[in-house]
Amino acid sequence: MISIKNLYKSYGNIQALKDISVEIHEGELFGFIGPDGAGKTTLFRILTSLLIPDSGSARVIDLDVVNDYKKLRTQLGYMPGRFSLYQDLTVEENLNFFAGIFKTTLQENYELIKPIYHQIEPFKKRRAGDLSGGMKQKLALSCALIHKPKVLFLDEPTTGVDAVSRKEFWEMLQSLKKQGITIVVSTPYMDEAALCDRIALIQKGELLDIDKPQNIIDRYSHFLYGIKADRMYDLVNQLREHPQCLSAYLFGEYIHFASISEIDINQLKEDIVNSGIEQVEIIQLKANIEDSFMDLMAKAEK
Amino acid sequence: MKNFIIKEFLQIFRDKRSLIILFGIPIIQVLLFGFALKNEIRDVPIAILDNSKDLYSQQLITKILSSEYFILEENVQSEKAIENAFRKGKIKQLIVIENNFTENLERENRAKIQLILDASDPNTAGMINSYTSAIISNFEREINPSFAGVPMIIPETQMRYNPKLDSVFMFVPGVITIVLMLVSAMMTSISIAREKELGTMEVLLVSPIKPIQIILGKVFPYVILSFISALIILGLAFTVFEMPIVGNIPLLLAESLLFIIMALSLGIFISTAANSQQVAMLLSMFALLLPSILLSGFIFPLKNMPDIIQYIGYAMPPKWFVIIIKNIMIKGNGIGSVWKETLIILGFTVFFIGLSIKKFKIRLE
Amino acid sequence: MAENKSNSKAVIVKDLVKKFGSFVANDHLNFEVDKGEIFGFLGANGAGKTTAIKILCGLSHPTSGEVNVAGYDIYKQRDLIKKNIGYMSQKFSLYDDLSIAENIRFYGGIYGLSRKKIKEKTAEYIEKLGLQAYTKSMVKELPLGFKQKLAFSVAIVHDPPIVFLDEPTGGVDPITRRQFWELIYKEAAKGKTIFVTTHYMDEAEYCDRVSIMVDGRIEALDKPAILKETYNAESMEEVFIQLARG
Repeated sequence: MISIKNLYKSYGNIQALKDISVEIHEGELFGFIGPDGAGKTTLFRILTSLLIPDSGSARVIDLDVVNDYKKLRTQLGYMPGRFSLYQDLTVEENLNFFAGIFKTTLQENYELIKPIYHQIEPFKKRRAGDLSGGMKQKLALSCALIHKPKVLFLDEPTTGVDAVSRKEFWEMLQSLKKQGITIVVSTPYMDEAALCDRIALIQKGELLDIDKPQNIIDRYSHFLYGIKADRMYDLVNQLREHPQCLSAYLFGEYIHFASISEIDINQLKEDIVNSGIEQVEIIQLKANIEDSFMDLMAKAEK
Repeated sequence: MKNFIIKEFLQIFRDKRSLIILFGIPIIQVLLFGFALKNEIRDVPIAILDNSKDLYSQQLITKILSSEYFILEENVQSEKAIENAFRKGKIKQLIVIENNFTENLERENRAKIQLILDASDPNTAGMINSYTSAIISNFEREINPSFAGVPMIIPETQMRYNPKLDSVFMFVPGVITIVLMLVSAMMTSISIAREKELGTMEVLLVSPIKPIQIILGKVFPYVILSFISALIILGLAFTVFEMPIVGNIPLLLAESLLFIIMALSLGIFISTAANSQQVAMLLSMFALLLPSILLSGFIFPLKNMPDIIQYIGYAMPPKWFVIIIKNIMIKGNGIGSVWKETLIILGFTVFFIGLSIKKFKIRLE
Repeated sequence: MAENKSNSKAVIVKDLVKKFGSFVANDHLNFEVDKGEIFGFLGANGAGKTTAIKILCGLSHPTSGEVNVAGYDIYKQRDLIKKNIGYMSQKFSLYDDLSIAENIRFYGGIYGLSRKKIKEKTAEYIEKLGLQAYTKSMVKELPLGFKQKLAFSVAIVHDPPIVFLDEPTGGVDPITRRQFWELIYKEAAKGKTIFVTTHYMDEAEYCDRVSIMVDGRIEALDKPAILKETYNAESMEEVFIQLARG
């Protein structure tokens, strides 16, 4: 469905993409996961024919993104990072406009966008600028879907959107996937990785890993402990002094402490308590995608 | 396309600022300029040297003096007395009618009139000159209704005390030119830049819509609105200030339309270079509007400027439009006298449209 | 000067109401933030967070209610409030085309720091944040993580007792995000009050107390552990979703 081979792209002396190669299958929900500045937007712009790569090639729906861009543009749906809507047009006017430029009508593909659109339909006379973040996101998705594209590119659709809207948005993507649309999505939120069929972790223009989320997590090779106590900041600094410490980071309620070898939990607890930190609790942990990302990131730095 | 145009209209009408620029500024400009200058041209003292003293010369003099603009200060009897009349410092204009005025007109369809002006205040002199020319054109058509566009009475202007100045200052051509330039070029460039800024341009580019459709969709609403704006200016000038419009009105409108399209294509060209509304605005203001005002001969006579600046002035489309519009509106000339300037503007239009289509990016860089 | 009655509070909000026409953006908010506390201010998009923060920073007037920030009254002592708070938004209010030192000089100047003090701060920040390699670069050339830490440091260049952070970690990589929170902890440990909004629910756990806004009202306010217990939830994310979905 999508085949990316040895893609390079730079702006001046900033290398935005370095040797990116990915195969994405038909009907897949594929996620590019990485922080701002990782090169996600550049990659999406190349895949949607908006940018030309310095070298390497990319084919989408078996069409070359450089040479066959005209044909490709009729078949892909794209939702850029900032919800690209006309703020001064109403919900309905936005939809009709985008339907028009794709030479279709709202009625023609109503079935496809209905599950999303019906949530904002009560507000169809409202201007897009007056919608909440979550509703804007739904409208932008409806607009990107209006011509029934074979593949949908969503560049950071959940950035700056609250947890509830994010959850709803992913539910919508799952249902679109069931209709056979290939979906490529990018996000800086690591926790969204689990919702994709396969993911590529990307950092500073390079791919760290590509696989099913679970496989990436399973490859995590260190011993991981969750530790909490009353003085977290002092604790994290203290843990970094530990001879076995690979990394120690705040992780929500717990500090994730990665060690080179297995550690005697009771001994560690005693050491911490002896240093005057109280209410210490230590558990053994399984890594999550963020642990893996941070580990891969640290390895890549070296 | 249809969709695009509807969307564009909706956006324009929802944006109060656009509407003010489109219709508020022209009205304010016309009223300001109009009232400021209307007071200048009233009961201007003039002198007349009538060498013919025949039927048409008398009729023409009556017509000039019966307008509210001029009063007769002195009847000069000979060429020698001209100098003396000016020296007294009272008269602003001296009209010399040649010998055998009526006969020349009837036999050869050609007669000469000399307008000698005190140009120490160039703007007023320009105004007086054009008012007089307008009255003469009117007169010409009264005596010969089958007027074909080629003028029969050729007013020859001579500026005293500032002899190089022969530009005609008329605020309406100036205001029309500036407003059309402002509205057309600035508004289109800003509206395209806004799409880039908001990211909607990305979506448009990724869609199957062609660049030419985007350009036309953007341009069409502004052609109409700018044209309405031009009509408002003309209407105001005509009704409120009783501005003489002696020329062929359809021709005037057609030329305005051509200029609007030129300005729009320039606006699109600017937007291909500007990625934000701010840049588009600055480019339009400084690269277009200021040079247009300064170098088109609208306020400051170009001929008084250094050669190099005059050459730059030639590259300013508004300069040519001001000439066209003055010729048609004030002198009442037909297409025969402005075809060169029309061709120049047409050339600019083709040039900018071509450049815009070529430069309009189908991608983001 | 109307002195603060209870000196241990950094922020006191009583019955704060803000209306835009008939729309009620803040509906009788009541909360207090202790000095030295990290206070998480959460809520869905459009729940009224930004409106409330603007009021607390003295950028907007409440429709009614009492607000006291850093011991000063929001109606009468706005200028004093502005001098005593730091503010950093997700857009990192640094000037891209100025160098690090020039940014610090500018913001230090705004708050009336002496030239000597600004010099000290500049040296301190470059040292503390590990920016030695970037002293000659423009801010736009800094990696995102450094930029963000610098923005935070600049926001507290005048050593305010309370700092407002509006989604400070959006889009930042996971390691930098954590380093940033350690920076926050460090300042809180020195006694600064931190008032922070975020969309990352794991970050809610780092706060001493968290408030969750829904439709202009504060629906819940407590320690993360207690909130999880009350709502019988595994994580703060679950708590949030339960509340925000209503």
